[in-house]
Amino acid sequence: MTEHRRIVGDTLLKVENISLGFGGVQALSGISFEIREHEILAIIGPNGAGKTSMLNVINGFYHPQEGAIAFKGEVRRTMRPHRAAKQGIARTFQNVALFKGMSTLDNIMSGRNLRMHRNILWQMLYYGPARNEEMEHRHRVEEIIDFLEIQAIRRTPVGRLPYGLQKRVELARALAMEPELLLLDEPMAGMNVEEKEDMCRFIIDVNEQFGTTIALIEHDMGVVMDISDRVVVLDYGRKLAEGTPDEVRANQDVIDAYLGVPHEEELV
Amino acid sequence: MSDTDTFPKLLLENASRIGNRPGCREKDLGIWQTWTWAQVADEVRALACGLAALGFGRGDKLIIIGDNRPRLYWSMTAAQAIGGVPVPVYQDSAAKEMGFVIDHAEARFALAEDQEQVDKLLEIKGTNQTLESIVYDDARGMRNYDQAFLHDFDKVQEMGRAFDRDNPGFYDDAVAAGKGSDISVMLYTSGTTGNPKGVVLTHTNVMRTAENNEKMEGLKESDEILAYLPMAWVGDHIFSFGQNYTAGFCVNCPESSATVMQDLRDIGPTYFFAPPRIFENILTTVMVRMEDAAPIKRRLFHYFMDVAQRAGTRILDGKPVSSMDRLLYALGNVLVYGPLKNTLGFSRIRLAYTAGEAIGPDIFDFFRALGINLKQLYGMTEASVFITVQPDGQIRPDTVGVPAPEVEVKIADNGEVLFRGPGSFQEYYKSAEATSETKDPEGWVHTGDAGVFTEDGHLKIIDRAKDVGRLNDGTLVAPKYLENKLKFFPNIKEAVAFGHQRDYVAAFINIDLVAMGNWAERHNVAYGGYQELAAYPDVQDIVREHVEQVNRDLASDPQLGGSQIRRFLVLPKELDADDGELTRTRKVRRSFVADRYAELIEALYSDRNTCHVETEVTFEDGRKGMLAADLRILDAKTFPVAEAMREAS
Repeated sequence: MTEHRRIVGDTLLKVENISLGFGGVQALSGISFEIREHEILAIIGPNGAGKTSMLNVINGFYHPQEGAIAFKGEVRRTMRPHRAAKQGIARTFQNVALFKGMSTLDNIMSGRNLRMHRNILWQMLYYGPARNEEMEHRHRVEEIIDFLEIQAIRRTPVGRLPYGLQKRVELARALAMEPELLLLDEPMAGMNVEEKEDMCRFIIDVNEQFGTTIALIEHDMGVVMDISDRVVVLDYGRKLAEGTPDEVRANQDVIDAYLGVPHEEELV
Repeated sequence: MSDTDTFPKLLLENASRIGNRPGCREKDLGIWQTWTWAQVADEVRALACGLAALGFGRGDKLIIIGDNRPRLYWSMTAAQAIGGVPVPVYQDSAAKEMGFVIDHAEARFALAEDQEQVDKLLEIKGTNQTLESIVYDDARGMRNYDQAFLHDFDKVQEMGRAFDRDNPGFYDDAVAAGKGSDISVMLYTSGTTGNPKGVVLTHTNVMRTAENNEKMEGLKESDEILAYLPMAWVGDHIFSFGQNYTAGFCVNCPESSATVMQDLRDIGPTYFFAPPRIFENILTTVMVRMEDAAPIKRRLFHYFMDVAQRAGTRILDGKPVSSMDRLLYALGNVLVYGPLKNTLGFSRIRLAYTAGEAIGPDIFDFFRALGINLKQLYGMTEASVFITVQPDGQIRPDTVGVPAPEVEVKIADNGEVLFRGPGSFQEYYKSAEATSETKDPEGWVHTGDAGVFTEDGHLKIIDRAKDVGRLNDGTLVAPKYLENKLKFFPNIKEAVAFGHQRDYVAAFINIDLVAMGNWAERHNVAYGGYQELAAYPDVQDIVREHVEQVNRDLASDPQLGGSQIRRFLVLPKELDADDGELTRTRKVRRSFVADRYAELIEALYSDRNTCHVETEVTFEDGRKGMLAADLRILDAKTFPVAEAMREAS
């Protein structure tokens, strides 16, 4: 918690030669890269490049036809989302996926569910060990609420919150799982400048203070270049480039993919 | 008085007399944490010794910046205990404004709440010569700061405890060396013109004023107060610090500035202060929510509010009320007032004050009708708050009450209100000239407000003495009086009236985005923001109706009837403290606004019907942008003035 600047460590997750197709559409073909401990990795690419599919493969929502994923050295072909969650992978979604009718607090508490050990009967009785357990978890949740500065909306049903705050609540719920790897799917989409700045600060704080490894998809290049340690560029399901923001920025393939290239005949 | 003449001494006395009673509370991680007086004394001692270990000595100033936090309040007493002077600064002031105060006070030490404030101090430290050490309360986000002059609050207290062990007797001797005539605090007034001035108050000033009011109102140890107004403001210093110590009641610090309304409900304070603006916001919210309520609830609410308007205030003032109304009021209390007060967190209020601006009669009556003992007072930093207070049972919306205990008040020949009393400030720090301009050799302090006494000895404030002007034909114009009348309409948030040395009165108006936004929603008017809504013709017509209503009221007043508003415009942006248009206490800086929008004023006094304006706006994050708009200038109807009733002599 008090360490200075986090040190990027060994490989935490490695995807090898991943291919994923839906019928005739090849979403991902032969993608390999790794996510290292304590880093912030950005996955970028034009629309339809396969970024969200990649995240879905990592947390076990999609099963690739080819390739393997190694998380903390454990290699596997397929994984179920709840297994991924148990192993310490949490995520947020491009279109906020919260329980709209429940309060902020309850939504975040639901992120603690995996870590609660008493069965539902105990929890319903709210007595003895179940009660202590709930209080313990509530304390952790309150720390996250404090961390993300959402005290004022603790009791508000999330459906009534503005979009920017819903995104923050979703991040809070993901953090409640105390993940080792946090997958963020466009955490800043649809936000104004001020909300984006807040979100950036929170992401960096999470990364630095808890040492959480973060993989995120983002379209705002300013944000990506600012906060990430490394960037993976996808285009049409293929990996175009990988490297530090500066390297990626200078990569000719990336420039071509983003800015387009004139057809050969036009050059003549 | 007794030998307990300073706040650090009073703290020791409280710690032994009522050591187990709560002294302060703070909501942290969703739970209210309590410190007893004994614990507060312990924390203050550790902090004072820690500051001493850092080199803080007698006469040093401690700059304090942040939201209301127990630790920030403790730091005041800690500084005082070792002979220093706390200088709280408005937490939302920009680095430049803060820099002025630090330079002027020649402060070597500062205590900041969090990273945000530390960043401002670091920016200031670049150009400032005096600032040496910065202590921060919240370590969040501070991990990449490694400057040696930055100190964590906990570490300072740790150092203090070690220092205390090594130097037994240091703290007690330091506290004993304090005298009532020592400076206890320096409060920089935000000032509507020029640079802020440092008002110097002594322990005796603050303590006597706090005690006098405490006796008048019967404040007790069991009272509860919510500390949510800026610590740099004298009101908070008296209510949440001075009276906290003298009366021994508990001060509650909210979780964050965004949660104040919920925290208010958690705590249910018995003693409450809010400026009129907050009461107004609460009323607006209640009304808007009632509009959205089910028809039966709405009818119930309106029916019983009528009963309350009839009977509530009279019951509160101990005046006769028919037994039918009494019965209905009791029923209303069960069905409407009780639940409403509970929702607002006002269930337990015994005493509520408002001051700073005139409060709308409707707003004032609304809260009093609910059975909340809301009273007005008139005060200022230079008086340690209290100049006049409304005694129980003599409450009126248009006066500010009778002189506070031990305070003398008189009206100068030019209509200015002067006072003299135990709370009268010592001087403006390092400004002998400003001091002598304000405080004459006999001790009378010039308030700068124009006022009159009513027949039964109640003071009525009309305007700033210097703002009272005359039209070219000699008619009296009190701009603030007009502005307040306009602002009493929920749809109008801010108004600035002009007229001195002109042919007629004209005004700028800001609409209230909450109230008008609600209207827009109800009428299916889509708008992108303030500017768009303000330019909407129907909105401007509503404003026109309000202006004409004010004119109609004015027409019945022979003295001010000539100052009816003939032309006005709705400003394309809200007046904002970040743009320098309002002070930090949200008062309009009239001359600044007049300079900035000079072309608009000219247009108001021409026969043009539109005017183009371009102005710079500052966003919350400090960036600036340009705003351009074509404004409509509107005419309002005026009414014939009632002739002054002259008695045949």
